[in-house]
Amino acid sequence: MDFKLSDEQRMLEETVGRLVRDGYPFDVREKARTSELGYSAEMWQQFAELGLLGVPFSEDFGGFNGGGPELMVVAEGFGRGLVLEPYLATVVLSGTLINSLGSDAQKEKLISAIVGGELRLALAAYEPEGRYDHTHVAATAEKSGDGYSLTGKKAVVLHGDSADQLVVIARTGGNGTDRDGLSAFIVDANADGVSRRGYETIDGLRAAEITFNGAAAELLGEEGKAIDALEASLALGIVALCAEATGAMEVACDQTLAYIKERQQFGVAIGKFQALQHRMVEMRMELEKARSMTIFAACSLDAPAQVCAKRLAAAKAIIGKSGRKVAEEAIQLHGGMGMMEETAVAHYAKRIVLIDHQLGDLGYHMQQLESLLDVDDDAA
Amino acid sequence: MDINFTPEELAFRDEVRVFLDTKLPKEIASKVKNGQHLSKDDSVRWQKILNEQGWMALHWPKEHGGTGWSPIQKHIFEEECAEYGAPSVLPFGVNMVAPVIIKFGTEEQKQKYLPPILNSDVWWCQGYSEPGAGSDLAGLKTKAVREGDHYVVTGQKTWTTLGQHADWIFCLVRTDPSAKKQEGISFLLIDMKTPGITVRPLITLDGEHEVNEVFFDEVKVPVENLVGEENKGWTCAKYLLTFERTGIAGVGQSKAALKHLKEVARKVQQNGKPLIEDPLFRNRLADVEMELMALEMTNLRTVAAAQAGGVPGAESSFLKIMGTELRQEITDLFRRAAGPYAQPFLPETFDADYDGELVGPDFANTVSAKYFNMRKLSIFGGSNEIQKNIIAKMILGL
Repeated sequence: MDFKLSDEQRMLEETVGRLVRDGYPFDVREKARTSELGYSAEMWQQFAELGLLGVPFSEDFGGFNGGGPELMVVAEGFGRGLVLEPYLATVVLSGTLINSLGSDAQKEKLISAIVGGELRLALAAYEPEGRYDHTHVAATAEKSGDGYSLTGKKAVVLHGDSADQLVVIARTGGNGTDRDGLSAFIVDANADGVSRRGYETIDGLRAAEITFNGAAAELLGEEGKAIDALEASLALGIVALCAEATGAMEVACDQTLAYIKERQQFGVAIGKFQALQHRMVEMRMELEKARSMTIFAACSLDAPAQVCAKRLAAAKAIIGKSGRKVAEEAIQLHGGMGMMEETAVAHYAKRIVLIDHQLGDLGYHMQQLESLLDVDDDAA
Repeated sequence: MDINFTPEELAFRDEVRVFLDTKLPKEIASKVKNGQHLSKDDSVRWQKILNEQGWMALHWPKEHGGTGWSPIQKHIFEEECAEYGAPSVLPFGVNMVAPVIIKFGTEEQKQKYLPPILNSDVWWCQGYSEPGAGSDLAGLKTKAVREGDHYVVTGQKTWTTLGQHADWIFCLVRTDPSAKKQEGISFLLIDMKTPGITVRPLITLDGEHEVNEVFFDEVKVPVENLVGEENKGWTCAKYLLTFERTGIAGVGQSKAALKHLKEVARKVQQNGKPLIEDPLFRNRLADVEMELMALEMTNLRTVAAAQAGGVPGAESSFLKIMGTELRQEITDLFRRAAGPYAQPFLPETFDADYDGELVGPDFANTVSAKYFNMRKLSIFGGSNEIQKNIIAKMILGL
C-alpha cells in the first residue's frame, strides 16, 4: 500500500500545476469564459505542446499511456484552476472510446489529431428522456451506402457546440434500455443533417442540444457492441470528474479559510468565532473524504467489474454529497461576497455543484450502489 | 500509487488470520458479535493469549516487549481483530499509562509496572476527568500535597471506566495550586487498595455499570509513584492524548457491524419482504457503505503517511469525528431494523449464559441499549466539538 505519486505522475502534476498557476488566473479565465468560443484556443494548443492531450493514449500516438491515477492528477489540477477547455469531452470521454473501439486506421487518424490539438470532440450519448441512463438510447442508425445514416436527439452534450466531430451512441438493434444493439459512430459536427443549439451552462462551460436527421455516420468498432467500451470511457470520466471536483473543493476551502481569517466584524476576524470555525472544519473534512474517494476510484479501474462499479458509484456519490456541502458553505462563509459574480469562490461553488449533474448525480449513483450492496469488497 | 497491500503485507495478514482462527476463543468472539456482556475474565483471558503470542503491546518499543510493527501492520492487525470479533484490548494499561512510563518513567518504574501490564496481571484505570474538569481538563482540582516521602491526595475523579475492577489508577493531580492552570499538575500512580479511596458506580442510561466515581480522602501516595517531574504532569497528559491512535477511526468495528446489520436486514421481514429490500432502509445502508469506504481510505492515507515517517497529529481528530459518527449511525440502523422490538428492555438477556426465553428476534434485545451506549463515542476521548477546536487551531490556524 502506497499513496505516493510515482516520479512520472509527480512530473505530470507539476506540469499541470504550473500551467494553471501561471496561465489561468481568474481574470484570464473570465475573459476566456465570456469569449465566443467559451474557452481559449491558445490554451488548448499549450495542452498539446505539454503532452496533456495524450495522457490516456499509447506512446504510438505520442501519448503518455496513463491510467486512472494519471487522469486524476491532471483533472485535479484542472479543477484547481476551473479549466474551461474541452479536455473531459475530447480526451477522456470521446478519445478513449475511439481508442477502445476504432480500427487501426481510425485511431491513426483521430487519436493522433487529438494528441496534436487539431481535433476537438464531444460525446453525444445521453438523451432528453434518459436523464443519467446511458443505456436509454432512442437514436437510431441505419446502414446507408458505405456508412450509416443517423437520426435522433442528444441532450446537454458537453462542448458539443464547438466540437469538430461528435462521437454518437445510437441503436442499431434492440430498444429501450437494452445493452445490446448500442453502437458508436463518428459524425462530422458540421455535416448535413446535424443541427446544434449551443449554450452556456451555469458553471461557465458550453454544451449543446443536438438533433441528427439522417446525418452521415462512420461506425466505430463492431455494430451493436459498444456498451462495454462506452462504460469504460464513462468510468474514466467519473474518475476525472471526481478529481476535478476535489481540486475545485480544495481551492474553495483554501479561499474560504483565507477569507474568514481576513474579514473583520465585531472588531475581530470572523474566523475567531467558533460557529464559523466548526463549519470550516466540516468543509475540510468533506474535502478529505472527497480526496480519499477520488484516489479509491482512480486506483480501482482494474478491479473486478462489479467491485470497480461499486467503488465508482460510491466515489461519485460522495463527491455529490460532499461537494454540495463544501460549495454551499463556501458561499455562506463568504457572506454577501459569496453571492457575487466577481468573487472567484462563487465560480468554484458553481462548478462543484454542477459536477453532480454530469455522468450521474448523487441519487443515481446511490441507486447503483444499492444494487451492488451485496458485492463483497475488501478495500485493500 | 497502489491501494493494494504488498505481498509481504498480505502474508502478515494471513499470519494474523491463522492466529485468530486458532487462538481466539469462539465463545468470546460470539459475545462480541452479539453485543453481550464481556466479563473481566473474558478480557484478561484474551489479553493473556495475545501476550503469549507477543502481540499485546502494539505501540511499545521492542526492548520492552512491544511488537515493533509498522503502522500498516498495526492497522492490519486491528482490522482483523475487529473482523473476527476479538474483544478490544483495554487501553488504560497497555496503551495509556505504559507509554507514559516508558517515555517519562524511571528505570525502577519501568521494571515494576511494565511486565504486569504486558501480562494483564494488573488492571489499570484512568483518573483524568473530574466533575468540574471535562473538556477543560486542566481545570482539575484534585490536590496532592507533599508531606515527607508521601503525597496526600484529596479530591474526586469521575467517568472512571471499569474502575470497579481496577488495581491501580493513574491520576492527574494538582501539586501547585498557585501556578497557572496547566503548570501545577503532576502525574501520579495510585494503588486502588490504599486507604481513603472509595469507588462508587455510575449507572449509564442503558442500565450499564461501566463508569465510576472515585473519591480520594487524604490518600497517602509514596513520592516514588510520581512519573516525570513534579508540576510537569501536563506534558505526560498531552503525550498520552496524542499517542499512537491508529485505531481511532474504528473502521474494523464499523465494517463488522455493517456486515452484521446486512445479515439482520436480510432476515427481518417487512410486508412479506426482507427489510433490506425496503427502499428507505436500503438507501441508508448505501449511505453508510459509501461513508465507510471514504473513512477507510482516509484512515489508510493516514496510516501510509505514518508508515512513511510522518507523525499523525491533528489528522486523528478528523478520523475520530468521522469514525464515531459512522459507528453511531450504524447503531441507529440496528435500532430501526428491530422495529417495535427495539422497545423491550431485558438486561438479563445480555449475558451469554442467559438461557430463558427472548422477546422478539434474537438480535433485537440489545440494539437500543447499544444505541444509547454508543452516544458516548462522540463525547469521550475529547468530544467531537473539542476535536473540531483542535483542527481549527492546529490545522487551519484559526
